[in-house]
Amino acid sequence: MTDTTWHAIIHATLKAHEVKLVPYVPDNVLRPLIERIHADPFFTAFACTREEEAVGIACGAWMGGTRAIVMMQTSGFATLANVLASLPVPFQIPIMMLVSERGTLGEFNIGQAMVARTMRPVLDAIAMEHHTLSRLDEVEFITDRSIRQAVATQQPACLILSPLLTGGKVFK
Amino acid sequence: MNNQPATRDTATPVARFDITQRLVAKLHNDEAVIGGIGHTNFDLWAAGRRPQNFYMLGSMGLAIPIALGVAIAQPNRNVIALEGDGSLLMMLGCLATVGARQPPNLIIVVMDNGAYEITGGQPTATAQGADLAAIARGAGIANSAWAADEAHFDSLIDQALATPGPHLIAARLTAAKPAGQTERDPAQIRDRFMRGLGTKV
Repeated sequence: MTDTTWHAIIHATLKAHEVKLVPYVPDNVLRPLIERIHADPFFTAFACTREEEAVGIACGAWMGGTRAIVMMQTSGFATLANVLASLPVPFQIPIMMLVSERGTLGEFNIGQAMVARTMRPVLDAIAMEHHTLSRLDEVEFITDRSIRQAVATQQPACLILSPLLTGGKVFK
Repeated sequence: MNNQPATRDTATPVARFDITQRLVAKLHNDEAVIGGIGHTNFDLWAAGRRPQNFYMLGSMGLAIPIALGVAIAQPNRNVIALEGDGSLLMMLGCLATVGARQPPNLIIVVMDNGAYEITGGQPTATAQGADLAAIARGAGIANSAWAADEAHFDSLIDQALATPGPHLIAARLTAAKPAGQTERDPAQIRDRFMRGLGTKV
């Protein structure tokens, strides 16, 4: 792999695992990854109006034979507890989620800082596998193994993109 | 019926279980059907167990997004979302996503009784003026129509199954109890559905 940015590695790893459908709610930190995916005809990617909607689309696609990953930011994840607990978890549908982490390490919006604290407790409460990507040398391993485990165990999984990896979004 | 398109106000209310049975009887090509929560779902269950049926158990408002995901994954199969008015009002944005994507194999059937029937019959916004077919047209789903009566519902379904979509068919309902109740076994529902779609053998 010549391009060793986090977004190039995730792009290549999704492709290697045939994760083709990418419904997302836009996020500034995710932008380089979203742009790469839009530029690659291997993927079908489009913006949704809400994160719940994107999870529903991803679940339908999996049942229809297409792997999907939902991309969003932390505040969007906070809208998902009901749908995760009533759709992918009990129905055993291994959708992937990629959350760009706001609310920490230099957050400037108190609302983002507060809602971000609900994310890992919700993931733990519904026993959803989740890992935080904070080091470039771990991105491929964690992404690759998380997709493999999700599919093999028929359970959804969530990857969290730390500002330690991406630089996050800072007040200018 | 005159030559004017039916509206929610002029449509003759129809019985949910009756039109669900009419719909299911027309499915001869293993079309996928996604039942939203509540009585829409229960009557789909009562209309006969098809392996191509998926029954939600929660995730209110997601019948159309789930159907869109199936439709994208399986472009050669028609996919039908059955959704109630209360559920659709919770997720109106999904109509704009369908309007933007224009999936040719997606058919949305809206069962509009004007009430949150399962929670005690509290009125929804459609009972107070919201027109879901008009909202769908405004969201970019040009083929959106009210069924004037049972016979018109039949002809709208025939047309939707035979021509490229997306299509939205809205039916105004009489108040009626569901004819059954879905068995709540999510892993089994998903497994049967995937076998029905040929994605698991």
